Amino acid sequence: MKSLLIQNGRVLDPANKVDEVRDLIIADGKIVAGPAAKDAEVLNAAGKVVVPGLIDVHVHLREPGRSDKENIETGTRCAARGGFTSVVAMPNTSPAADNTGTIAYVKQRAAEVASVNVFPAGAITKELKGEELAPIGSLKRAGVVAITDDGHCVQNNELMRRAVEYARMFNLPIMDHCQSYQLAGDGVMNEGYWSAVLGLRGWPATAEDIIVSRNILLAELADWHIHCQHLSSARSVELVRDAKKRGLKISAEACPHHFTLTDESCKTYDTNFKMNPPLRTEADRQAVIEGLADGTIDCIASDHAPHCNYEKEVEFDLAPFGIIGLETELALSLALVHQKVLSLEQVITKLTINPAQLLRLDKGTLRIGADADVTIIDPSLEWTYDVTQSASKSRNSPFHGWELKGRATTTIVGGKVAWQL
Amino acid sequence: MKKPKFTWQRKDLLGIQDLSAEEINHVLDTAAAFKQVGERNIKKVPSLRGKTLVNLFIEPSTRTRTSFELAATRLSADVVNIATSASSLVKGETLKDTALNLQALRADIIVIRHSAAGAAHFLSRFLKASIVNAGDGAHEHPTQALLDAFTIREKKGKIAGLKVTILGDILYSRVARSNIWLLTKLGAEVTLAGPSTLVPRVFERLGCRVVHDVEEAIREADVINLLRIQHERQRQTMFPSIGEYAAIFGLNKERFARTKPDAMIMHPGPINRGVEIDSDIADCGRSVILEQVTNGLAVRMAVLYLCSGGNPA
Amino acid sequence: MNVNLIMDASAIERALARMAHEIVERNPQTDTLAFVGIRTNGAPLARRLAGKVGAILSRELPTGELDITMHRDDLDLRDTPPAVGPSAIDFDVTGRTVVLVDDVLFTGRSIRAAMDELSDFGRAACLQLAVLVDRGHRELPIRADYVGKNVPTARQERVTVSLVEDAGKDEVVIEK
Repeated sequence: MKSLLIQNGRVLDPANKVDEVRDLIIADGKIVAGPAAKDAEVLNAAGKVVVPGLIDVHVHLREPGRSDKENIETGTRCAARGGFTSVVAMPNTSPAADNTGTIAYVKQRAAEVASVNVFPAGAITKELKGEELAPIGSLKRAGVVAITDDGHCVQNNELMRRAVEYARMFNLPIMDHCQSYQLAGDGVMNEGYWSAVLGLRGWPATAEDIIVSRNILLAELADWHIHCQHLSSARSVELVRDAKKRGLKISAEACPHHFTLTDESCKTYDTNFKMNPPLRTEADRQAVIEGLADGTIDCIASDHAPHCNYEKEVEFDLAPFGIIGLETELALSLALVHQKVLSLEQVITKLTINPAQLLRLDKGTLRIGADADVTIIDPSLEWTYDVTQSASKSRNSPFHGWELKGRATTTIVGGKVAWQL
Repeated sequence: MKKPKFTWQRKDLLGIQDLSAEEINHVLDTAAAFKQVGERNIKKVPSLRGKTLVNLFIEPSTRTRTSFELAATRLSADVVNIATSASSLVKGETLKDTALNLQALRADIIVIRHSAAGAAHFLSRFLKASIVNAGDGAHEHPTQALLDAFTIREKKGKIAGLKVTILGDILYSRVARSNIWLLTKLGAEVTLAGPSTLVPRVFERLGCRVVHDVEEAIREADVINLLRIQHERQRQTMFPSIGEYAAIFGLNKERFARTKPDAMIMHPGPINRGVEIDSDIADCGRSVILEQVTNGLAVRMAVLYLCSGGNPA
Repeated sequence: MNVNLIMDASAIERALARMAHEIVERNPQTDTLAFVGIRTNGAPLARRLAGKVGAILSRELPTGELDITMHRDDLDLRDTPPAVGPSAIDFDVTGRTVVLVDDVLFTGRSIRAAMDELSDFGRAACLQLAVLVDRGHRELPIRADYVGKNVPTARQERVTVSLVEDAGKDEVVIEK
């Protein structure tokens, strides 16, 4: 394998507290000390930022089962185009990732066709039904990095408590899509002024807050780590902030759409604004941004959720929840840097070392000897997002046509260039 | 200086929310002309001759569909009725495909009623035909609000400054929403009343007063618009029973006796006698429920004429 | 732009008076006579004619008005739908001699629309047409029975009738 010399870039490596212009040398799939080999391929990164390969802890690759919407090959290509070198695959596939067979399939398929590293998450309960525990020990041995019922949420508090205790034994982080089914009912958007005006059934932020509360208390009871996925509510952020102050093992993530859009966007009944958790009020959006700024929210993740055109081009009530997001995630996060609410270092931290630590992976770092997963970013590059050119099989993005600033220009996985602009 | 003459510019009627007061008044004035057509020997004018109107009713409704059908027929349009249910659409053809098929048949106007909010907006995004919203989920029912306004204007001479109370299930009511937009745009004082679970405070942000005491709501009202109450699956957690609703919120004889002597009673129909309203009151002189039906025909003729008239290049 | 006065208030009066006598002369069966004016100016003109004929016969004659917008033949060709107003004919048209009244007879299309619309109200025994000004350029085979003044015009000229009832003065002008 050829060596790589990344020259003159601003190397920003929060894990090792590095932020300076210097060269980065890659050989045999690892970061190495200089000097570079004579025949090394040279990448000029002048004016660009060189960071550890970005990690997205919340991605739906849809394979096995719904390869019409996306598969491991196309989903990881999206990841590479978005600057991501590692993704965590959610288990709500068909069959669900509640058995070692599906995990083995995902790992094998990823080895064959994936552009980036794929880390499967296993299910908490069988078929994600929330009734019986999945074979979590076997899933750990099969290679899952975390367990979650994402897409669904264990409603039975006793079962969730036992799942948390059990996961602790295997050192497995447990991630939760925090939603009370009963409070959510058959809602399709946030309950508030806009749902009242639009005549759409809404569900209140309380449906999320109440489960975040539950998780904080269970994390305390079981003395283990619960990661609250895609926070969308101001109160949830407050609860997590408070729990962290008390030293509890709680972490949280936020998705770009929750810090960029609000429920007012639903007023055209465009189903590209329908997702779960839903877009909420401006106050909630600002609270998520504050949560990112003060460290309450540890990670940024996309919840990349592809759906076919014919599934989304229907009446709002009938459309499935979710949008794709891997290719716009970085730019939308950098917008917060351009708006001066977050520093570049904070954004990169939430996309590299924090997700790596959550998953106990030796990633998200550029120290000598680490895997050569590197992302080169041009933070000032202005571009327009054209969803019709996406690597995804699906087109369900609300950001089509948006003028964005900041983009990954090179994605290197294990020392090889996986994608270049 | 002469004011430039107002002309109607829209090809769709999706809701009242986007209409200006001037547009609303234009529809009402036009409806007055069409009401006269219903009083002639030959109740037909050739204005929409040769045009094809499709009643696409994904949610069943005999009265509204009949009203639109008759309106179109009196304008000399050709009418096609499609009645299906949302579940059969989902199992078979999508709404989008159904609509594109109608476009291929060169339908000029599509009147859509659907149980999903936003269905009319959805169609208007990709169809060239005029789209008239006959009720989309809990969102809007613009022709109902227009015929309600026509009735109020005809009987009371004006809308601005009137105290109008809308009583019942506001949260799930498209009739309520359309009426709220229209009445507030035209300067009426709107009071919403009903159980707190069905009339949440958020509606105050639309310029209405929200009360949960029916007597207070109707005491000073010039117009009382009663909404139909249902206790099906989706609303079971919202209030205990029809019986309790009727006892606490129904317009019974005692409550009716305490309304203003000239207070007008309205209802979009079909009425639940003995629930929202005592049977006798529904038939009394102050109830204009049947006139609403007559006016509905005139208003729908006006809407069809305006939305399909002209040929904007 | 050139504006020429072709009829002043007294000329209009004299024309209407003469037309009233012509109507009486032509229609011995005066008990079935009625007048229907075509909006907008035809309506006050119909009332004036009915008043004059009524004075001659010492009777009140039924008068109505038609808004012909719904019956226009050019609805499809316009950008926006023209404003409609209500028609008002509160007597039975069937069996009557109805004199349609309009201010200016030009292409004849308004009269065609009025005849169609009137037939929706009933079956008149006989229809006659009275116009204040006939300016030529017919596009349909329609002619007036009673004419206040024949005014040859060029197609692009405009003939405007103002009446006291709406405009505060009586006059007919041509704009070249």
